Amino acid sequence: MRVDWKAYNPGDFYDEIISSPNYARKHARRLVSYLRSLKPGELSARKQAASLAIQTMGISFTVYSDAGNIDREWPFDILPRIIPSTEWAVTSKGLEQRVRALNCFINDVYNAQKVFKDGIIPRDLIFDSGNFRKECLGIKPAFGTWAHICGTDLIRDKDGLFYVLEDNLRVPSGVSYMLENRTVTKRVFPELFENYDIVPVTDYPTKLFDTLAAISPRRVKYPEVVVLTPGIFNSAYFEHSFLAQRMGAELVEGGDLVVEDDHVYMRTIDGLARVDVIYRRIDDLFLDPAVFNKESVLGVRGLMSAWVKGNVGLANAPGAGVADDKVVYTYVPKLIKYYLDEDPILPNVPSYICSDKKQCQHVLQNLDKLVVKPANESGGYGMLMGPQASRKEREEFARKIRANPRNYMAQPLISLSTAPILGERNVEPRHIDLRPFVLQARDSYVTPGGLTRVAMVKGSYVVNSSQGGGSKDTWIVEE
Amino acid sequence: MLSRVAERVYWMARYLERAENTARLMNVYSNLLLDLPRGTKVGWHTLIDITGAHEDFIASGRSDDERSVMRYLISEQNGISLFSTLAMARENARTTREIIPSEAFEQINDIYLFIRENASGQISRSARNQLLEQIIEYCQQLTGLLAGCLSHNHVHRFIRIGRNLERADMTTRIVDVGSSSLLPELIPESGVELESAEPYQDMLWMSVLRSLSGYQMYRQNVENRVNAEDVVKFLLQDEEFPRSVSYCLNQVTGCTSELSSNSSALRQVGRALRKVKEAEIPTLLANGLFQYVDELQVEIAGIHDQISATWFLPHT
Repeated sequence: MRVDWKAYNPGDFYDEIISSPNYARKHARRLVSYLRSLKPGELSARKQAASLAIQTMGISFTVYSDAGNIDREWPFDILPRIIPSTEWAVTSKGLEQRVRALNCFINDVYNAQKVFKDGIIPRDLIFDSGNFRKECLGIKPAFGTWAHICGTDLIRDKDGLFYVLEDNLRVPSGVSYMLENRTVTKRVFPELFENYDIVPVTDYPTKLFDTLAAISPRRVKYPEVVVLTPGIFNSAYFEHSFLAQRMGAELVEGGDLVVEDDHVYMRTIDGLARVDVIYRRIDDLFLDPAVFNKESVLGVRGLMSAWVKGNVGLANAPGAGVADDKVVYTYVPKLIKYYLDEDPILPNVPSYICSDKKQCQHVLQNLDKLVVKPANESGGYGMLMGPQASRKEREEFARKIRANPRNYMAQPLISLSTAPILGERNVEPRHIDLRPFVLQARDSYVTPGGLTRVAMVKGSYVVNSSQGGGSKDTWIVEE
Repeated sequence: MLSRVAERVYWMARYLERAENTARLMNVYSNLLLDLPRGTKVGWHTLIDITGAHEDFIASGRSDDERSVMRYLISEQNGISLFSTLAMARENARTTREIIPSEAFEQINDIYLFIRENASGQISRSARNQLLEQIIEYCQQLTGLLAGCLSHNHVHRFIRIGRNLERADMTTRIVDVGSSSLLPELIPESGVELESAEPYQDMLWMSVLRSLSGYQMYRQNVENRVNAEDVVKFLLQDEEFPRSVSYCLNQVTGCTSELSSNSSALRQVGRALRKVKEAEIPTLLANGLFQYVDELQVEIAGIHDQISATWFLPHT
């Protein structure tokens, strides 16, 4: 295989690498010419080396299917995505600002509730949210932070600007793949690193540990931080294990923990040991069978009470998901202005909320042009891709919206930017998005870049790994 | 160290050791065949007996010819085969990979991918030899890797406990089979006079030693030529050979002494060790070893029970 850039045509989408046919963007020139210089065969060899590395390193994720859960190798494209550092500096500020405002909002919802009193957002909209937890009312976590780890999905529209597509404030995943993608790229493409100054990403586990340690209720030098996983069958188990390993924290399952006198302990070979902070990777409703889902065997009985009493730190805090509801999303620019008195740095994708009669009407009349999303689903499930859906699918969806308008919001079909992947014979354009990760407690931290997800199927917009998406290493480069 | 993690690394080590021993056993058994006089045949099901899967194998209605026994022991998903054993080792490693060195996980993953790739379909004798030797080599590399990269902490101790218990258990099984089942299996085919089984008896004991990589060490340490009594003594009681029951149990004692609340576990290891040391091999050989081996295996299983009750998560 030999790269032929003349045959690479992303159409009228914004492409991350070329600005017009056969003309590379400034920051991509060295990459493009390097790829062009490779001998035929060299590229396919690198591609194979990458897939071998992924196999041996055991970088995997689990796909839930009718035939049982399958541990699959992580789909990865070896060509990096490049973002200039000047652009990233602004984006990074915008992310930090957004998460700060969201944390103010969550804290307000569960405490003073000024935001309702001031008429910024209707109280009912929040109280009806599937992610609102009445059990959290009146709780004041350290630093007023509820969402300590946030994954914000960004897309680039045709105008080349970043827009926020959604916020993930519950248990966002993907950061381990961001880190492993870099490791794999270094292994198979070391020469590329000689041509660029790339901001390293390896800091993340340390920053994550610091963020978690900061919310320890005990003021000790080395608080006991654990990662709570639902177990090996969870799709993100690889990540849970990876983060525990990199932080030097224990990876625990519900059965490893026990609550006595409102303190959390883990069962060790030397008896019970106190736990200070839990980075939980299980959903709110499974956290504590005494409070939420009674059937849950994943969680720990008494955990909520220990948290409420301030004897253990939980990240993210239960109830934080109230702010990543796709309907609340539409209010975020207003919330930034309200809490921080700042103009939002990153724009939202224009959105319509179906709970508003007029907007709902607009949605129903334009289903063939819109993407409709349920408020609380993740992983791309339960969506309607209007322009691609059949008439029957649209009619069915219209019924769902009428039955429960609060549960839906719609956006025009935004176009995702493209980047080249290494196809069978040549580079081919594919749609991508970007999920940076934001940490917040005493300090804030934004990953340089994030996880670039790729819709590996030609023309597709679906980037979720559960539905055939892949990923790329993401470089923030100094110019 | 979490109790759950202790349990999983312990099982990881047991499964890896089991895979290695099974591979050794199969290899030696195949070689033994080549040395036997024409006209005699060896019952392949002896291999199944050693793994303790006799009943399951019979129940499945398979014939006990070479091909189906080997398939059963290499590639089927039955909890016994190399494939199953290595898959379980990997699963335990996968659930503790935050604890063990990444290189070690990658190595275990490699072994698993190797068997997954190579164990399917028909395997010729020579390819089988290579496969088995590769597995043994992989397992040995891993043992070295763990010794060289993993801190000699509790994780390492539980790995060593698991490995040595499994090894002790396997050695008792091999001794048992060597003394009772191998010989009667020299069945003369119809029309062939088999003069005496005697010369082959020593050869069988040699194979037994080889299956534990013990032939050379035996020759260096035991004056006498290979004979039943000395081989059994060597495999049960030698203090220096790393696959003798005595040596393995001493290792378990050493690791267990470093753990807290170890009294009942230590007591049980002590009982098993006494049983080994006090054994009168000539008397036992004369009366049939199998009952003694059964009792010894019960004591070894008892060590597992004590370890499990003391340090692992209570099973609800």
